[in-house]
Amino acid sequence: MNFDELFGHLGQHTVDGLAKGSIYALVALGYTLVYGVLKLINFAHSEVFMIGTFAVLGVWNLLGADGTQGVAMTLLLLAAGLLGGALASGATAVAVERVAYRRLRQLNAPPLIFLITAIGISMVLSETFGIWQGRLVVGMPTLIKQKVAFTIFGTEVTNTQLITIVAALVMMFALDQFINRTRYGRGVRAVAQNPDAAALMGVNKDRVIMLIFLLGGLLAGAAALLYSVRYGNTRFNVGFLLGLKAFTAAVLGGIGNLRGALLGGLLLGVVEVYAATLTQSNWEDVAAFVVLVVVLLFRPTGLLGESLGRARA
Amino acid sequence: MPDEREVLLDVDHVTLRFGGVVALNDVSFSLYKGEILGLIGPNGAGKTTCFNVMTGVYKPTSGGVLFDDKKITGKKPHEINRMGVARTFQNIRLFPEMSAIENVMVGTDSRHYTSVLGALFRLYRVKVKPEELPRVDSSNGLVRTWQQVARTSAKIFGLSRHTLEERAGERKSLELLRLVGIEHRANELARNLPYGDQRRLEIARALATEPKLLCLDEPAAGFNPAEKEQLNQLIRKIRDMGYTVLLIEHDMRLVMGVTDRIVVLEFGKKIAEGTPAEIRDNPKVIAAYLGESADAA
Amino acid sequence: MTETPNEGRLSGVSNFFAGVGNRWRGLPKWQRGIGFLAFVAFLYYLPLLGVPGLTWLRTDSIEGGNNWAGVLFTCAVYVLIALGLNVVIGLAGLLDLGYVGFFAIGAYAVAIFGSTQSPVVKSLQDKFDLAPEWAITWAICIPIAIALAMISGVILGWPTLRLRGDYLAIVTLGFGEIIRIVIRNSTNWSGGPAGIASIPGPQGAPSADNHIFGLIDAKPWYWLALSIVLLVVFLVRRLENSRVGRSWLAVREDEDAAAVMGVNPFKFKMWAFAIGAALGGLSGFLFASRQGFIEPNQFNANLSILFVAMVVVGGSGNMAGAALGAVLLAYLPERFRDFSEYRFLVFGLALVLVMLLRPQGLLPSKRRARELKDRQEEVAVGA
Repeated sequence: MNFDELFGHLGQHTVDGLAKGSIYALVALGYTLVYGVLKLINFAHSEVFMIGTFAVLGVWNLLGADGTQGVAMTLLLLAAGLLGGALASGATAVAVERVAYRRLRQLNAPPLIFLITAIGISMVLSETFGIWQGRLVVGMPTLIKQKVAFTIFGTEVTNTQLITIVAALVMMFALDQFINRTRYGRGVRAVAQNPDAAALMGVNKDRVIMLIFLLGGLLAGAAALLYSVRYGNTRFNVGFLLGLKAFTAAVLGGIGNLRGALLGGLLLGVVEVYAATLTQSNWEDVAAFVVLVVVLLFRPTGLLGESLGRARA
Repeated sequence: MPDEREVLLDVDHVTLRFGGVVALNDVSFSLYKGEILGLIGPNGAGKTTCFNVMTGVYKPTSGGVLFDDKKITGKKPHEINRMGVARTFQNIRLFPEMSAIENVMVGTDSRHYTSVLGALFRLYRVKVKPEELPRVDSSNGLVRTWQQVARTSAKIFGLSRHTLEERAGERKSLELLRLVGIEHRANELARNLPYGDQRRLEIARALATEPKLLCLDEPAAGFNPAEKEQLNQLIRKIRDMGYTVLLIEHDMRLVMGVTDRIVVLEFGKKIAEGTPAEIRDNPKVIAAYLGESADAA
Repeated sequence: MTETPNEGRLSGVSNFFAGVGNRWRGLPKWQRGIGFLAFVAFLYYLPLLGVPGLTWLRTDSIEGGNNWAGVLFTCAVYVLIALGLNVVIGLAGLLDLGYVGFFAIGAYAVAIFGSTQSPVVKSLQDKFDLAPEWAITWAICIPIAIALAMISGVILGWPTLRLRGDYLAIVTLGFGEIIRIVIRNSTNWSGGPAGIASIPGPQGAPSADNHIFGLIDAKPWYWLALSIVLLVVFLVRRLENSRVGRSWLAVREDEDAAAVMGVNPFKFKMWAFAIGAALGGLSGFLFASRQGFIEPNQFNANLSILFVAMVVVGGSGNMAGAALGAVLLAYLPERFRDFSEYRFLVFGLALVLVMLLRPQGLLPSKRRARELKDRQEEVAVGA
C-alpha cells in the first residue's frame, strides 16, 4: 500500500480522478436517461461508446491528424471528432432502440428478455468491430501534448484534465437545462413519471424514448472524444469495463437521476485513482466493483435517490 | 355479543402514512375465531391498504397487528403465511405458466419439510402403512416385476419423506380443487382458465397453506349474480370447515348476506363496526355510501 | 455457412423439435425408458463413431480437424455448464452474467490444490517437509472445487439476490471479471498471468504413464464427463419434480404471490444460485483436469455471455434445450472451421434473433404440466 504517494500528491490524484470520473459521468448519463424513462438497463450502451471512439479515430485519420498540427488545426480536429463521435454514437443508440427495443416493448416483453437482447446486441456490436478492426489495441494520434495548464494550491492541473472536466460540466449543464427548461424535456419528465398519463396528455411516447436514446448516444460520443484525448487508444472491447463502471457510477448516484450520474461518476473516478495509486494500479477495477456492491447493499437507491421525473433533473 | 370469543387477529391503533398522506388513521378492530368479518368502505377508503398491513406488505407507521397473540408487523410475507394467514389478491395473481394443481401444490408445500437435500437424495425414509405401499397392478410382466421390487423395497425401507409429501400434497390439492369446484381443470395451465375459475383457484391455493385466517380481497369482482351466490355458499362452507374469514368486498349484498360482523372504513378511519343489521341502519355508513348507493344496493 | 434464420425457418426448426417432443411424450413409459437407454448407449458409443453416412459428423473428418473425442469432451463440459446455468436462469429466473467466475473457481481449485507446480502446494511442501511430488489427490479436489464455487456463489448471492433482477445481472457480470483480475494479480497463490501447469487427472499429475486418463486419448475423459452429465441430469430432474422446482417456478412467475403463499423467495433463489455455482465449479474442475494447464485469460467475460446464449437459445427452463444449445455452441465452431472466428458474433446474433422472434428458445419448456398428469393418474388410481 503506497500511502506516501497518495497523500503526498493528494490534490493531483483528486484532479486526475475527477477527469477520469467526468468520462464515466457522461456515459453514466446514457444509462440513467434510459433507465429513468424505461426502467431498463441499456446494456448495449457500452458499445455505443465504443463505436464513438472508433468514429473519432476515423475522423482524425481522415483529416490526417498526426500530433504535429498547430493550435487552430487541433481545435478543428477536436470539433470534428466531437461531431463524428456524437453522431456515430447517437445513430447507433437510436438504431438499437428502433431495431430491437421498440419491438420488445410492443410485445410487452418481461425485463429479462430486454436484458438478454441488449447483451446480444452488445456482443454483436463489439464482435463486429473485433473482426473488422482487429482485436488488438488501436493507437490514436496524440492530439494534445500533456502540459501543466496551471497550478492551484500546489496542485498541477494538466491541459487535458482541464478540457475533460470543463467539457463534461458544460455538457451536463446543457442537458440539465434541456430536460428542465424545454418542451422536449418536459415530455421526457412526463413519460418518466407516468407513461400512460403522459400518453393520454398527447406526449408521443415513442418520440420521447427515441430522444433519450439519442441524447444518451450523443453524450457517449462526447465521452468517446474525451476518452480518445486522454488515453490515445481504443479497442473493440473498450466499452465493456468502461460501461460497467459508468453503470456503477449511475447506480452510485441514484440511477434515473441526472445529477446523481454526475456525482457518481466523479466519485467513482476519484475512488479508482486513489485505489490505483495505493495498489500500483492492479486493483483499480476491483475497487469499482466493491463500490457497486457496497452501494447496492446499503443504499440501493443511490446517494441522491432514483427518479428522473421527481428529482428535477 | 361476540366479545367473549377468542380473538384471532387484533388490529391495534394502526396508522400508516405515505409521505404526507394518511392512508390509515388509528384503525382498531378485532377478528374472532370462526367468524366471517366483512371489511367494507367506499373506493379509496383504505381497505386494501389495511389488508396489506395485515399481510406484511406494508409496515404501519405506528400501532401494530397481533395474530394469535404474536406480533405480525415487521415479519416477512412468507413468515406471516406460516403463522397462519393466507390471502387472495384483488387483481388475480396466480402462477400463469403452472397448471392449476401445481398452483395449489405451491400452497401445500408451505407446510412440508422436504427441501433441496431431501428432494435430491431422498434419504429421510418414513415407514408407511400397508395401504400406502406402491401397488402392483400392471399386466405387463416386466413392469409388474419392477412394481414388485418397488413395493418390497418400500416395505423394507419405507418411502422417502419427499415422496409422501408429494402424494399428500397432490391428494390435498385435488380435494381443494374439488371444494372450489374446478377439479376437472386440474391439469390446465392457470392462464388458460376462465376468469371465474382463476378466482376460485386463488381461494384453493390460499386454503392449501392451512391458514387459521383466510383473507379474501374482493373475491366477487367481476362475478354475475349466480356466481356470487356460489361464492357466498363457498365462503360459508369454508367457515364451517373451521376457518376464520376476512372478506373485503365492494358488493354490499354479498357482504350483508354472508358476514357475521362488518367493519366500515372511510378515508382511512373506522367509522362503524357491528352486525350487518346494525351497519345497514348506521347513518354514518349510509352517508359514506350515499354517493355509491346506486351500485351498492 | 453463417445461418440467416428468418422467422419462418426458425420456427420451422423448433416446430420439428416440438413435434418430436410431443410424439415422445405420447409414448408409454416403458418405451420411453428403452428409447432413453438407447440414446444413452449411443452417446457412450459416439467417440468411436464409424457408422457409414454419419462419419461426416466427426470433427477429424475435415482437414486439420480437432481430435473427435476431445471435441466431444468439450461438448460434455459445456452441457454441464448449461445444466447448471439452466437452474439459475431457466428454473429460478435469475440472470447470472458471471458464470465464468464459478467455472474459473472450479478450475483453479484443482490447479491450486492438486498441482505440484502451484504456489500453495509448494509452500505446504516447504512448511511440512513433504516430498516434491506431494499434492492433494484429484478425488479430494472434487469436493473442494464444488464447495469453493458454492461458497463464492453464496457470498455473491447474499447481498445481491435481494435486489432487482437487472442489478443482479450487472453485479454478476462484474463478479466474473473480478475473479479473473484477482487470479491474474495474485501471483503468490494463483500463479498470476503465467497460469498453473501440471494439473492432475484421475491418475494423478500428467505423465506418460497415465494409460487411461492421459493427454492423447480423450475417450476416457469424454466417458467420465458424460457420466457426470447423466448423474447431474438425474439429480436436477429430481429437483425439478419436487417442491424445490415448484418453488423456483412460482418465484419466477410472481415473487410476491409466492412469498404470500409461504415460499421463502430468498432461500430458494439462494439455493438455485448455489447449485448453479456448484455445477459451474464442477465443470471448471473437469475442464482444468483435462487441460493440465490453465491461465487467467481462458476465463474472460465473453464466455459468460456465450454460456447465457447457449441456455437461452436452446430453451431456458428445459434441460434438453439447454443441452442442445451447449452442444451447438461447442460443436459447430469445431466442425466448421471457417466459423470459429465468427462464433461470438453469430451467437450474439442468435441471441438477439431468438429473443425477438422466439423468446422461449428452440426447445421450449413444456414438460412440467404434462408430467403432473402422469402422476395425477397414479394418484387417482391409488385413491
